[in-house]
Amino acid sequence: MRAFTRLSGIAAPLPRRNVNTDDIYPNLGGAAITDPEAMGPCAFGNWRWNADGSPRPDFILNQPPYDRAQILIAGANFGCGSAREQAAWCMNAIGLRCIIAPSFSDIFYGNCLKNGMLPVRLSEDATDALSAFVSDPANATLDVDLDARTVTRSDGCVAIFDISPRDRQRLLAGVDDIGATFAIMDRIHAFAADYHHRRPWLADERGAD
Amino acid sequence: MTPPRTLYQKLWDDHCIETYPDGQGLIWVDRQLLYEATSFQALQGLEKRGLPALRPTASLAVPDHVIPTHHRNPSAFSESTRRLLDAMFERCGRQGIPVIPLHDERQGIVHVIGPEQGFTLPGLVMVCCDSHTCTNGAFGALAFGIGSSEFEHVLATQTLVQPKLRSMRVRVTGEMGPAIFAKDIILAIIGRIGHDGGVGHAIEFAGSVVTSLSMEGRMTMCNMAIEAGARSGLIAPDETSFAYLKGRAMAPSGAAWDMAVAYWQTLPSDPDAVFDKDVEIDMTGISPRVTWGTSPEQVTGIGNTVPDPGDAPDQARQAAWLAAQAYMDLKPGTALSGVRIDKAFIGSCTNARLDDLRAASAVVKGRRVADGVHAIVVPGSGLIRTAAEAEGIDRIFIEAGFEWRLPGCSMCFANDLDSVSPGERCASTSNRNFEHRQGVNARTHLMSPAMVAAAAVTGRLTDVRELLA
Ligand code: SF4
Repeated sequence: MRAFTRLSGIAAPLPRRNVNTDDIYPNLGGAAITDPEAMGPCAFGNWRWNADGSPRPDFILNQPPYDRAQILIAGANFGCGSAREQAAWCMNAIGLRCIIAPSFSDIFYGNCLKNGMLPVRLSEDATDALSAFVSDPANATLDVDLDARTVTRSDGCVAIFDISPRDRQRLLAGVDDIGATFAIMDRIHAFAADYHHRRPWLADERGAD
Repeated sequence: MTPPRTLYQKLWDDHCIETYPDGQGLIWVDRQLLYEATSFQALQGLEKRGLPALRPTASLAVPDHVIPTHHRNPSAFSESTRRLLDAMFERCGRQGIPVIPLHDERQGIVHVIGPEQGFTLPGLVMVCCDSHTCTNGAFGALAFGIGSSEFEHVLATQTLVQPKLRSMRVRVTGEMGPAIFAKDIILAIIGRIGHDGGVGHAIEFAGSVVTSLSMEGRMTMCNMAIEAGARSGLIAPDETSFAYLKGRAMAPSGAAWDMAVAYWQTLPSDPDAVFDKDVEIDMTGISPRVTWGTSPEQVTGIGNTVPDPGDAPDQARQAAWLAAQAYMDLKPGTALSGVRIDKAFIGSCTNARLDDLRAASAVVKGRRVADGVHAIVVPGSGLIRTAAEAEGIDRIFIEAGFEWRLPGCSMCFANDLDSVSPGERCASTSNRNFEHRQGVNARTHLMSPAMVAAAAVTGRLTDVRELLA
């Protein structure tokens, strides 16, 4: 997993509530794309492209300088809906590495963390103000510093955000949980033995024949 | 004495292996479900690391999302469907993960077959790469959707690192009139607390209305917990749950069953347990619900009109209402009853169980699908389909002009086989009315199976109670 430490980049405002993962990665029916890095064209597909494949000029991510955005500022409950991790993958594939919103769906929030992407929760007012500020292309660059937990505007205005210390460390180091969990596999086996002693009907897992 | 605990707290405590300083926990996962569209990536990741699945028989895989429901002839499957199925079946085979194959009568939508097979049990922690895994919470299991990377962690270690959720209780009370179903209840709840009302929470549904529901109805409610923002929905296990599970293929039997039931009876929230949020909703006199917008929170009674964005509670919602009404091509003040539809879809993990098909067929019986409406019924599993046929339900639908399909997700989302065409309006029993969910520029109205049946036979959104009078 890629580390996330500090990012200075263009922030695109998408002040919309309840942007769901069908909006972000439409049409799971075409899920035969298996390479996360090839998912870029899918990102926000119905908003980004016309039926003939030409870009829709009214969509923020098609407008310079926001077409180079690495940060997205969205409304409450970002990433709600389907659990599809494709939503995080396709955003990553077009260079969006940080999303700022008043709230995230729990599943999408977790998916970001697993992909070296930083979800930043700010208050509704702070998000609105930030969205409005970066709407002027001259102010579009933000600096996001995970170590310091700050989002800094081009005029020097700083917002501080909260993130779980464990999630922060994982992102800063660019490591996923599997390695850490493997280090305590003995404990897990001991837990399972005791647990199945208490719940014997779960001990002998049988599958479908 | 231990302090009073909620059902969620008990499930958490029972599975927590380690608590990290920031309050996240490493929890044991009992069982996991797989299907073809988002699970194989986890298997692929596992193989890349050279790891085996730790407990392959704690998994159960079934194809449901991208398979055709008109036929089961693999040679006529699309290239992408075949690739996805192969990617899953091959890897499950290599890992020793049990699969319910496409031609098996038990095949069906992943969240339908879990309970149906008795794979879902009270007291479990269950995961699947699908947000509607919360359906299984109807049995008092802590069940939630996860991403493919988290799933890889589960397959490798049978554990998961999770933030502890806050607890929320929604108590549903009152006397409901005729033709009001679990779908109406959950839509009313989402309308009240919002599409993000449960973010960061596990919602426990309780109260007299919930305890008197069948397991089917409870599953419909928990299925849409995620539509209220909650990763998990929960209902305390009781005699109704035990009666549903007893004798199911994968449920414990004999002495193991008795031991399991004794444990399950300890799971309900203690009477004095305190919830972080507590909401009560009175269903007395409620009318059938129908969504008018592109979020499940944009819902009202069938007798109402499309609301005026000027009346929205805040600016963000005002903008959302405007955008939704433009997308849905509905003007404020338009009566919902009477809005013409093009498609009717009875199916999905929300409402494709036998109870649902019975309720819809009772409305359809002796009537015809309205001219110009394309109506389909997609049972949730092969077993449901067979049971419905044994009752003659298939004949009722077919004679009325519905298509009677094979089990799968079908028109719940836009796959390349079943979708709603641009600009068309669909009365749907599914759970998401998002923009483009059922097809590019498709317009979705969510409602109960009986309400979809009423819309199908009248060709417009209709209060089903008028047809039952
Ligand atoms: S029926 Fe719909 S919501 Fe349910 S699992 Fe299938 S695609 Fe998802």
